[in-house]
Amino acid sequence: MYVAVKGGEAAIRNAHSLLADRRRGDRSVPALRLDQIVEQLALGVDRVMSEGSLYDRELAALAIVQARGDMIEAIFLVRAYRTTLPRFGYSKPIDTGAMLVERRVSATYKDLPGGQLLGPTFDYTHRLLDPGLAAGADVAEPLRRETEKLAMPRVSAILAREGLIEADGQMPQDHVPGDITREPLEFPMARDIRLQALSRGDEGFLLALGYSTQRGYARNHPFVGEIRIGEVELELDVPELPFAAPLGTVRVTECQMVNQFKGSAKAPPQFTRGYGLVFGQSERKAMAMALCDRALRASELGEDVVAAAQDEEFVISHSDNVQATGFVEHLKLPHYVDFQAELDLVRRMRAEYEARENPTKVEEKREAAE
Amino acid sequence: MDIAAQSIEGGFADPVFNAQTVFRAVMDAMARPGSVQPLPALARPPAPLSATAGAVALALCDNDTPLWLDPALHASAAIGSWLGFHTGAPLANTPADAHFAFVATPAEMMALDGFAQGTQDYPDRSTTLILQVSDLVSGTPLLLEGPGIETSATIAPAQMPRHFIEQWKQNIQRFPRGVDIILATAEGIACLPRTTRIKTMEA
Amino acid sequence: MRGQEARDQAERKAAMATLAQSSGDDIVRLWNEAGLPSQAELLRGPETGLVTLRGRIGGGGAPFNVGEATVTRATVRLPSGQVGHCYALGRDKQKARLAAIADALWQDPARRAEVETRLIAPLRSALATTQEKRRAETAATKVDFFTMVRGED
Repeated sequence: MYVAVKGGEAAIRNAHSLLADRRRGDRSVPALRLDQIVEQLALGVDRVMSEGSLYDRELAALAIVQARGDMIEAIFLVRAYRTTLPRFGYSKPIDTGAMLVERRVSATYKDLPGGQLLGPTFDYTHRLLDPGLAAGADVAEPLRRETEKLAMPRVSAILAREGLIEADGQMPQDHVPGDITREPLEFPMARDIRLQALSRGDEGFLLALGYSTQRGYARNHPFVGEIRIGEVELELDVPELPFAAPLGTVRVTECQMVNQFKGSAKAPPQFTRGYGLVFGQSERKAMAMALCDRALRASELGEDVVAAAQDEEFVISHSDNVQATGFVEHLKLPHYVDFQAELDLVRRMRAEYEARENPTKVEEKREAAE
Repeated sequence: MDIAAQSIEGGFADPVFNAQTVFRAVMDAMARPGSVQPLPALARPPAPLSATAGAVALALCDNDTPLWLDPALHASAAIGSWLGFHTGAPLANTPADAHFAFVATPAEMMALDGFAQGTQDYPDRSTTLILQVSDLVSGTPLLLEGPGIETSATIAPAQMPRHFIEQWKQNIQRFPRGVDIILATAEGIACLPRTTRIKTMEA
Repeated sequence: MRGQEARDQAERKAAMATLAQSSGDDIVRLWNEAGLPSQAELLRGPETGLVTLRGRIGGGGAPFNVGEATVTRATVRLPSGQVGHCYALGRDKQKARLAAIADALWQDPARRAEVETRLIAPLRSALATTQEKRRAETAATKVDFFTMVRGED
């Protein structure tokens, strides 16, 4: 029998107003403004945009405040919001080669056209906490160096000239890019769909999997061919205009991972590649994505599938933190009826077990009771 | 008026509420097959796309729903660009790729089984047909039975496709696959979902 | 004639790109300074929706979907008949409406020069200044490698 139980309405209402109070905190401390978050917690905003799969800084900042800084809750809020909007269409593919570069490094070539540009990086900092920041000290304007505009071809294009690296990933001519926001996941899946899932995947999960490949679980000898961060122009084909409508610019991070490959029955020895592309400045995520992309190409390249990072169904089914948090966190919701049934079952099994293991004791008990 | 001007005129005056009105009418008509749901002329598409069919397009179609137009509608470039501007829907390459099909001359249309029928796993991936008919009383009477109909209902849409009763019987045999039909007249709409049976009348 | 049409289209697209990249505040300020007319019939929007952003595998390969971005669009018609459009990232409806009017005014041969010089040119130069500053700041972080000579010869 299933008995529906109602209740808790007042408790829920009061809990939500308590949440609003605790979120605001001490009223003598000024409330955060969204522009402060956008400007000063920019990488947190970028993470919410990338895993929320919605490029909109102010909305991501609002989500962070509303979630009290809980990033996965903020990502959930953004995902929920995006379902309320109509879709105008699919943009033309962005050209990362034409990026206004803000950072660009390569671990494979020292002298590459356009040079190594460190940009606003944490690399080479000493990771010492800075009391000056706590005191709100003034920050100097950055230095500038006037240079002529230099073309910055992708490093993959340079390697390609030697013929030792595989080409950019191609799909059959008539292939329409899959869309996981429209079609349910089906395995095995094409690489384009996998990349969409990885791009919105949880940074921590992909980081751990990428790390596992480096530690020997599906080792694939990676080098960072190139990381570039910067703004690219976005365009949309619309029926009312004779040209693609320019939409403005978005900041993205691209990672080209280059992997040494001994060759297999399916492909000759060469450098193979993993690719990462995410919203905003999210270097760790782009690198982890590229490592996972390469690992997931195991069967395409004729490698043995031996580790978790190579298991497409395992990786893609568990990479979405909104799905994961929903399923894990639902465990705390009332399961009173399920548990009652489990309780009855365990009591019965225990009684049977005792009767089987210790018949005399059960007999004694019964006699004592009598 | 040139095509460019025609293609941007005649959308919903009040997009949210107009779309809700049309959606409500379609939902009620689908839930009560054979009932006629009145619909005011909320859209002014280029001819020969009718105001009712145009309003249904504006309410139901978007960027994710490829459309198929019958030759009479396809011949007008203005209709394609009107639908493109107001709904963002692309034109389907073949009827089997279409989520929605608009038919101005049902009497000359291709067979129902040429459209997407959905799959056993995803029967919703079939084409919804919007047939423009002049009225729902002057054609061959169709006696309807099935879910949403208490006993029976009758409509008599004019200019229906050839061998329609036989084709509909085959459509039912494909269940849960199969197409659904929205009949659009100047007065309103009536629907034939794939669950509705047409009872053959004994002569 | 074909050449002229292509040039016009390229210029119109460039003007739309400048408007899309500029902030709503800058557009409003210049609009008021130039005294441009803001009267127009709204044919569609301003409305906010999503555009799915596409990248290419490996940077130059087959397209794939990365994620979505908010985009606001508007279509307007001037009393003189020109129809203008705007699509721009973000959710600024006033910006989309004004940018669509600017596009319509731009198509009026009598107004084009005014829109270009009073609105588009100053926006474009502000954007160029910001971009140049960013480029120079990034260039200052360029690594200059020095070869260390070791040993006797």
